[in-house]
Amino acid sequence: MVGLDAKKDFPVFDQRIHGHPLVYLDSGASAQKPRCVLDAMTRFYETDYANIHRGVHELSQRATAHYDEGRRAVQRFLNAAHEDEIVFTSGATDAINLVAASWGRTFLKAGDEIVLTQLEHHANIVPWQLLQEQIGFTIRVAPIQSNGEVLLADVTALFNEKTKLVSVTHVSNALGTILPVEKIIAAAHAKNIPVLIDGSQAVSHGSVDVQKMDADFYVFSGHKIYGPTGIGALYGKRAILKTMPPYQGGGDMIESVTFEKTTYQEPPMRFEAGTPPIAEVVGLAAALDYVAGIGMEKIAAHEADLLAYGTEKLAALDGVRLVGTAPHKASILSFVVEGVHPHDVGTILDQQGIAIRAGHHCAQPAMEALGLMATVRVSLGLYNTRGDIDALVDGLKKVREIFS
Amino acid sequence: MSDEGDDLRELYQELILDHGRHPRNFHASPDAQREAVGHNPLCGDKLVLYLTVGEDGHIVDASFQGEGCAISVASASMMTEMLKGKTAAQAKALWTYFEGLCKGSAGDDDAILASLDEDDASRLQALAGVRHYPVRVKCAMLAWRTLESALDPAVAKKVGAE
Repeated sequence: MVGLDAKKDFPVFDQRIHGHPLVYLDSGASAQKPRCVLDAMTRFYETDYANIHRGVHELSQRATAHYDEGRRAVQRFLNAAHEDEIVFTSGATDAINLVAASWGRTFLKAGDEIVLTQLEHHANIVPWQLLQEQIGFTIRVAPIQSNGEVLLADVTALFNEKTKLVSVTHVSNALGTILPVEKIIAAAHAKNIPVLIDGSQAVSHGSVDVQKMDADFYVFSGHKIYGPTGIGALYGKRAILKTMPPYQGGGDMIESVTFEKTTYQEPPMRFEAGTPPIAEVVGLAAALDYVAGIGMEKIAAHEADLLAYGTEKLAALDGVRLVGTAPHKASILSFVVEGVHPHDVGTILDQQGIAIRAGHHCAQPAMEALGLMATVRVSLGLYNTRGDIDALVDGLKKVREIFS
Repeated sequence: MSDEGDDLRELYQELILDHGRHPRNFHASPDAQREAVGHNPLCGDKLVLYLTVGEDGHIVDASFQGEGCAISVASASMMTEMLKGKTAAQAKALWTYFEGLCKGSAGDDDAILASLDEDDASRLQALAGVRHYPVRVKCAMLAWRTLESALDPAVAKKVGAE
């Protein structure tokens, strides 16, 4: 057993919830923050804060240095070839909307097709639908298997000469399925189709290498990898970002402005209009530093152990049915309790200090494909332990007792 | 934690569990004059309410269909039982009282309580354990919010078969 012991790094665990130790099993919705992230942000505000890329004064220079270093931290984290391939966004949702509004509006036309999967989070469905209403392209959807798997052949079967983009999740937020993204990308590239990967649920569970994967776009949210809310990143290949028009207009994204003609900065600044979330970039960099310090391989091994342990324990419980049993999964366990709605499960577990997500997980098409309205979702992070799984199992016994 | 156990028992008392498991009036009513759909976007739960209203304005029949948690299904089930024979004004009084219970402010309005059937009031009180769980109040209120739409002629129209 590998066994990380990281709860001590997270202040949130220094409390009791309804009289019980906090068992936080909702990291897929948002992860808790280690003290080093909170400290980095506080220290930044206390000593180095000012607006960036503006002042000649000392604080602005320090803040700018922090911000630029944050971009390099994301570059290292994703193993991007160039620093200017990292665009800061407010999160993965914002990043996908940026690609849809800028790249999509420029390069998609009526009659084109884009390919998604049935597993997508609403954030990788709705931005395309909004654009579709304006342009009139077709959205094609690769189906899921009853175990939550997406087969490579089902994705590539949708490729044809009209296909202009493939946009798929790396890891399903609802079920934990890991998609064969490298193979999907290779198959798409063989037909010159660019690929966007939604890494929201992947980045915290194992190392990501955008060059090895050869993704054209890769997006993630900082808050799901132990960083603050309000910050995320879009990785885009330099050659592609350069072809994209601005997403939003404002300060910081321009080269020069006159009422006759305004010219724009090169990427990534072109896409970062307005004062960005500077302290959040500092916090994100601290979070990426924190996970790198532990080691992504170690985190992945720890979570794999918890996933196997949790799968075994839940499968052994009467009246509990796991949903999503693909052979390759990240540490997410979705399940239903026979005769008990997930919301009722959630309320009873909460009273025992156990935080889970109940509902459709912003993935209604996936739920519908599986014939479900909702599931209970347990999403594990690096701070979870086998003891947390044991507490969950005890909590579920109480659910069964109340509903017996 | 006995307090928490008691709260949970109050929320999930036998009457609620029974209505949750075996909802009454749980069917579509294609001939109903009024039909309204309620959604709980938080969880994706959906409920369709059917009302048959007599010429004198009394609700002759009420039924519902949908999927939801024990709280929302029990609330809808008990509501449809209570609605039969009520006028729109009486239905409104029930839901005003219940909303107050859920928000912990009921009992303040004696006029409303006095206007209610004693049995209805006590059954609504059984559902009121939800007041300790603010996020679950939406579940308990879903059927009643749908009733509000169904009774509003501007919102709910007689919907034909889709």
